[in-house]
Amino acid sequence: MAFNHKHLIDITQYSADDIMLLLETAKNFKQVNERRVKKVPTLKGFTVVNMFNEPSTRTRSSFEIAEKRLSADSLNFGGSSTSTVKGESLVDTVETLCSYKIDLIVVRDKHAGVPRKIADVSGVSVIDAGDGKHQHPTQALLDLYSIWERKGSFDNLKVAVVGDIGHSRVCGSLIPALKIMGCDVTVVAPPTLLPARPDILGADHVSSNLDEVLPEMDVVYMLRIQRERLEGAPYPSLREYNMLYGLTQKRDKLMKPDACVCHPGPINRGVELDSFMADHPERSIILDQVYAGVLVRMAALYLLLGGSNDGFDA
Amino acid sequence: MALMLKNARVIDPQVGLDEVCDILVRDGRIVEVGHNLTMEKGVERDLSGKVLVPGLVDIHVHLREPGGEQKEDIASGTRAAAHGGFTAVCAMPNTAPVIDNAMGVEYVKAVAAAKGKARVYVAGACSQGLKGETLSEMGDMVAHGASAFTDDGKGIQDAGMMRRVMDYASQFNRVVMVHAQDNGLVGDGQVNEGVASTRLGMLGWPAEGEEIEIARDIALCRLTGCPLHIQHVTTARGLDLVRAAKAEGLPVTCEVTPHHMFLTEDAITDEYQTCFKVNPPLRTAEDAAALVAGVADGTVDCIVTDHAPHTDWEKDREFELAPFGMTGLETSLGLVLTHLVNEGVIDFNRMVELMAVNPRQLMRDEPVKIEAGCVADFTVIDPEASWTVEAGDFYSRANNSGFIGAQLKGRATDTYVGGYATMEDGVVVE
Amino acid sequence: MKDGRVKSTCMDSDEIERALTRMAHQILEANHGADNIALVGIVTRGDLLADKLAERIEAIEGVSVPHGKLDISFYRDDFATHFAPEVHSTDIPFDIDGMTIVLVDDVLYTGRTIRAALDALMDNGRPASVQLAVLVDRGHRELPIRADYVGKNVPSASDENVRLFLEEVDGFSAVEILEMAQGQRAGAAPVTNGGE
Repeated sequence: MAFNHKHLIDITQYSADDIMLLLETAKNFKQVNERRVKKVPTLKGFTVVNMFNEPSTRTRSSFEIAEKRLSADSLNFGGSSTSTVKGESLVDTVETLCSYKIDLIVVRDKHAGVPRKIADVSGVSVIDAGDGKHQHPTQALLDLYSIWERKGSFDNLKVAVVGDIGHSRVCGSLIPALKIMGCDVTVVAPPTLLPARPDILGADHVSSNLDEVLPEMDVVYMLRIQRERLEGAPYPSLREYNMLYGLTQKRDKLMKPDACVCHPGPINRGVELDSFMADHPERSIILDQVYAGVLVRMAALYLLLGGSNDGFDA
Repeated sequence: MALMLKNARVIDPQVGLDEVCDILVRDGRIVEVGHNLTMEKGVERDLSGKVLVPGLVDIHVHLREPGGEQKEDIASGTRAAAHGGFTAVCAMPNTAPVIDNAMGVEYVKAVAAAKGKARVYVAGACSQGLKGETLSEMGDMVAHGASAFTDDGKGIQDAGMMRRVMDYASQFNRVVMVHAQDNGLVGDGQVNEGVASTRLGMLGWPAEGEEIEIARDIALCRLTGCPLHIQHVTTARGLDLVRAAKAEGLPVTCEVTPHHMFLTEDAITDEYQTCFKVNPPLRTAEDAAALVAGVADGTVDCIVTDHAPHTDWEKDREFELAPFGMTGLETSLGLVLTHLVNEGVIDFNRMVELMAVNPRQLMRDEPVKIEAGCVADFTVIDPEASWTVEAGDFYSRANNSGFIGAQLKGRATDTYVGGYATMEDGVVVE
Repeated sequence: MKDGRVKSTCMDSDEIERALTRMAHQILEANHGADNIALVGIVTRGDLLADKLAERIEAIEGVSVPHGKLDISFYRDDFATHFAPEVHSTDIPFDIDGMTIVLVDDVLYTGRTIRAALDALMDNGRPASVQLAVLVDRGHRELPIRADYVGKNVPSASDENVRLFLEEVDGFSAVEILEMAQGQRAGAAPVTNGGE
C-alpha cells in the first residue's frame, strides 16, 4: 500500500484509498489509546511544532496528545506571544522555526492559504489545523472516522450538513471529503449562511428547509454558529435560528431511527443543538468525534512522517 | 535640436496615416512628415521594421509619491512608463498625503518635471482625504494643472456626495473618474465572489458590488451632465451598463486593464498567489471575454494598467493581509500586442485610439497627431520582438506583476517625449 | 509479486506440522504444564503460528491457553527510513500482567523484530516472564536475542530471504529460501497474494 503525501493541507488531494488507509491506521491506534501505557515510540526523535496563530483549545489539545502518544517532541508556538504581534512576517517566523531543525508544522491561522505558504517556505511536512474559512482537513477526517465507525461504510450514505456553511472551514474539507468517499451531501442553511457556490465544495443538494431534508438523512452534521466570525448579522436572532435550523427534540421524530448526529464542537446548546440531541445516547456521536480526533491525528502524523516508501513489504 | 526618425511604419488614425515615412522634429514639435526627408544637422535614427505611433498614455497609474516611495516614486514609475512605451501617465491621488489640493498637484508636477521620464497628468481627489465627505478644492487644483478627478482606490459611498462631486466638477471641463465599489457589498472581499471565493475559502468581492456603483454613477451623470469615466471595468454586465449609457448619448467613458482581460479568477490556485490579488478582483473567463469584445466593438475607450507597485515583503505574506494591486506599465503594450493586435482582435489603429488618442482626450490635453505642428511624443514598437516578462528587467521599483514568465511578441523599443528620447533601443535614457 | 526466485524449500507442510507439535510439547514441558501461559504471535504469520500452537496445546493438555496477536508497526526502528504503511492490529484479549508470555514469530533473523515486540508487549502490561518461539532460526543476529523454542535452524546467506508460507493465507504451507532481488529487504511474505 502506498501513501505518497508529504502534507495534509488540501483534502481534495487525497483519494478514497488514501483516506481509508488513514482511517484504518487511526483504528489501529485505538488499541494504543486504550491501554495503560498510552504511548508508542514511533516518533521518537521527531520534532513537531504546533503553530497556532489563532486561539484554539480543542484542536491544539488533540494534536498535543497525539504527538505525545507517538513520542514526538512538540513545541507549542503562537497565541498572543506570537512574533507576528511584534511585526515579524510569517515567512520570517517560519524560517526562524526551521532553524531549530524541525520535522513537521501543525498550523492554525485565521488566514486562508497560510499552511500552503508555510509548506513552500519551510520544506517540512505541514498539517493544516484550520486556515481561515478555507479548510480543516483533520476535522473532516475525524468526522469521517466517527461516521465510518458508526455506519460501517460510506456507500450511499445521505449526509446533511446544517448551519453556517459559508464561513466554515470545517465544511471546506468535510463536504469534499464526504464526496470523495461517495456520500450524497445536502447542505441546509439560511441563504445568508451559504457560500456563493456550494456546488464547488461538492454539495449535491442545497436546501433551506431542515424539516424537509431530515427524514432522508443517515447522518446529520450540525455546524457551530460561529458568532465571532459573522460579519453583520445573517440571522435575526438565535431564537429564530434555533426555530428554523436547530436540531431540536421536536425534530427527533422526523429523523430515521438509526440516523446519527455529529457536531465539531464546541456546542452552542439551545442554538444549533438542543441538549436532548447533543446528549442523545443513540444518536449523538459527538464525543466519539472528539476521541476520533486523537486517533486520526496520530494516524496523520504517523503516515506523513513515515520514511521513504520503498515498497518494503514486511 | 533636430531629430530625424526615418523609415518607420507610421500609424495614426487621427490623420489616416499608415505608411513607411520619415518624421522631422525640431524644438519638440513635428516639422515635417514625408518621404526621403533630409536635414542639415541633428540626430538621425533609422527605424526600419518598426512601427511608430503617437505616444502612448496610461491614465491609471499609482506612482506612490509622496508617501509610498519604498514601493515606487515618480522617478522610478516614469522610467517604468518610458520602458513600457508610455509618454505620459496619470498619477492617482491616493498617496500620503492625498493629492486633494493645489499644493499636492504642484508637488507631483514639480517632481515629475525635475526627475520624470514621462509626462505626468495629475488626478486630484474628489473628496478631501478620499474620505467621501467633503469636496476638495477642485477649482484651485484645476488652476494648478490637475487633469481629472477621482477617489480611486475607494469609491464614493454616499450617492448624495457623489452627486455633489459631479455637480461641482461639471463646471471645470474635467472628467470625474470613478472606482466603482460599494463597500456594503464588497466588505473585506478578497477575490471574485463565486467559484474563487468558495474554492479558496475567502470573502467574495461580488460583481454586483461594482455594477451597482456603475449604474448609480451613470444615473448621476444623467442628472448632473458631468463627464463620467468608469475606471477598470471588470464585468460583462458592468460593460453593458456603459454600452447602454453611450447609446443614450451620455458623456460616459470607460477603461479596462490587461490583467482583467488576460487573467481570470482561475489563476489563483491553492498557492494563493498574492500577485493576482487586485481590486477589483480578477473575474470569470466570461467576463474577461466580454471586456475583450468591448475593446473590439468600441465600448471601451481606453486600456490602462492600474499600475499598483508594492514591495516584495508587502506581497510575500498571507493573501488576506497582502495589499491589492499589480504593476502594469512595462507589460501592458506587450500584452495588448500579443493578445489583441497579433490575434487580429483589433488593429494598430484601434490600439492607438485606446492607448493614445482617447486617454489624451480624457486628460483634456491637446491631441498628438503625426503631422506638422504637433507635439513630438512617439512610441516606437518592434512588432516582431519575442520576449519573456522577467522581474529583473523592470525599471519599476516593484516586482508584483501577475505576468512574470509570460511569453510576449511585440514591445516598445524607443519612446520620445517632446522630441527627446526617454527610451532608446529598449534602454531608458538617463 | 516481487519475490525473488525460489532457491530451495527447507520445510514442507508436514515438517511444519511436526515441528509445531514438538514445540508445543517443549513449551508445556519447560513450563510444567499450561497454567499461566499465554501465546502472543507477531503479525503477520506469527499470529497464525500462535493459533496453531494453542490448538496443539489444547489437544495435548486439554486446556485452552489464551492467545492473541501483536502488531509491532509502531515500534519498528526503521520507521524513518523504510516505511510502507500496512494496516494490522494488536489484539490481546486478556490481561498479560503476571503471565508467562510465549512470543511467537515465523523467522528469527536480526532480532530487531523481537526487540520491537518486547517493547510493544511491555507497553501492554507487565508479564512475569517472556519466552520466544520461532519456527525458523536463520541466524545473522544483530541484537543479543535467542529463541527458547526453535522449529528448525536454517543456515542462510544474508542475500537470501527465508519465508514462511501458510495454507490459510498463501494457499500452501512451506518454508522457502528465496533469492532476494536487488534492493529488496528481508521480511515476511505479504498477507494478501496478488492483490497489492
